Amino acid sequence: MKTSFFRAVSAIVRKDLRIEFRSRELISMMGLFALLSILVFSFALELDRIARQEAISGVLWVTVIFASILGLNRSLAAERDQGNLDAMLLAPIDRPAVFIGKLVGNFLFSLLVGLALLPVMAALYNVNMIQPWVLLVLTLGTLGFSAIGTVLATMTVQTRTRESLLPIVLLPIALPVLLAAVRATTNILSGAPQDEWIAWPQILLVLDVIYLTLCVLLFEYVVEE
Amino acid sequence: MTAVKSMSLSTADPAAAAPARPRLLTILTIVTPIALVISLYVALFVARTEVDQGDVQRLFYIHLPAFFGGFFAFTATVVGGIAYLRTRNAKWDRLAVAGVEVGLALSLINLLTGMFWARPIWNTWWTWDPRLTAEAIMVLTYFAYLMLRAGIDNADTRRRFAAIYGVLAFTTVIITLVITRIRPDTIHPVVVGPSVQTEAQGMFDIQATEGVRLALYTGFIPWAVLIPVTLMWYRVRLEALAERAALLKSRLLER
Repeated sequence: MKTSFFRAVSAIVRKDLRIEFRSRELISMMGLFALLSILVFSFALELDRIARQEAISGVLWVTVIFASILGLNRSLAAERDQGNLDAMLLAPIDRPAVFIGKLVGNFLFSLLVGLALLPVMAALYNVNMIQPWVLLVLTLGTLGFSAIGTVLATMTVQTRTRESLLPIVLLPIALPVLLAAVRATTNILSGAPQDEWIAWPQILLVLDVIYLTLCVLLFEYVVEE
Repeated sequence: MTAVKSMSLSTADPAAAAPARPRLLTILTIVTPIALVISLYVALFVARTEVDQGDVQRLFYIHLPAFFGGFFAFTATVVGGIAYLRTRNAKWDRLAVAGVEVGLALSLINLLTGMFWARPIWNTWWTWDPRLTAEAIMVLTYFAYLMLRAGIDNADTRRRFAAIYGVLAFTTVIITLVITRIRPDTIHPVVVGPSVQTEAQGMFDIQATEGVRLALYTGFIPWAVLIPVTLMWYRVRLEALAERAALLKSRLLER
């Protein structure tokens, strides 16, 4: 008898959350990395007030993305090393359910890091980051990035070079998502009128739909064995 | 069609002797350089000099066709990847890797001719224009494809993952192609087809100068069709030979 799709997804998500709740390894590592990255950027760019306005969304997204890559590697390497991926594939559940389950976990951790960064950046750079549109763009951007990242990380943890390969294969493919997200965030933060930048969240949404569909279709081939 | 047939011969028994070179490939090997010389002759001597840009505009007869040659080759990668995932026949993986390498070569020709043109016309070798950025991302993606392949030891896993990545990577090709239609602020000219641009630098009318159209069409024959087909065919055969050599080597070690 097959476990239903949503029960399988929620079981995988709850498993990932419980592991994280007990060890707090992933979130503390990603969070600390994100904080360090923001500090490094603020020294490296010697941001004055005007440059800050221009660069802040780039700093936000680069930080979120590199923190996500850390998380993705850990999340999938743990599945692989402890044989859990094989166990999930043996279980009578659909392959897309495995993918969505892992995706939701990775997405939640990335989003959490992004959300935690907003007040920190608002305080450090003195910019009002907590706006509904910024939250929406953050959600859409991390969703698209996590979808591609989950598929590619499942692949790269099985290669010889492992962790070091993920950013190389992931960044070029995820760049359209990153580009749209940065453009949208920059425009929202600059306070431009809505009809000037509304195209960017729309493009982001379309990209999310395309990548999610592709990833669900392709994941089946990633994990067969 | 003939390409597919001759490839399947070598997959029947990987250790069997490689099939002789098909006649069509021999013909292509002769025809391709001839077509290339003819297109260069038309581009350099038949087409009149463009009034505003001068001789440097002649790079366009290689620039645009080479991009479509790359597009053609990357499309072959997608076709090969999907066919491999469905049939698990290694010949399709050979087509996919041939597409990536030939597509990269043609994309680099496209990039380089564009840069040589941009130096006098835009007064810079490179600018972070949306289309240029998209193409740079595209080229990096396909280099990542080759790195991914190199990182996997198991041949079946390598083919499977490469097929998946080849399909995902094609999104960057599509974005490079359509970005001038969705981003009107690009300065890259769109000479063929409808244009929405307001800020393009270095536009010219292909109708205005005599011979421009002819030179463009004669450029398409070698750069967008004959060169990719011939090179990919050779690359597919080379990959088959490499696989056969590896197999023979492993058989020798087993003795």
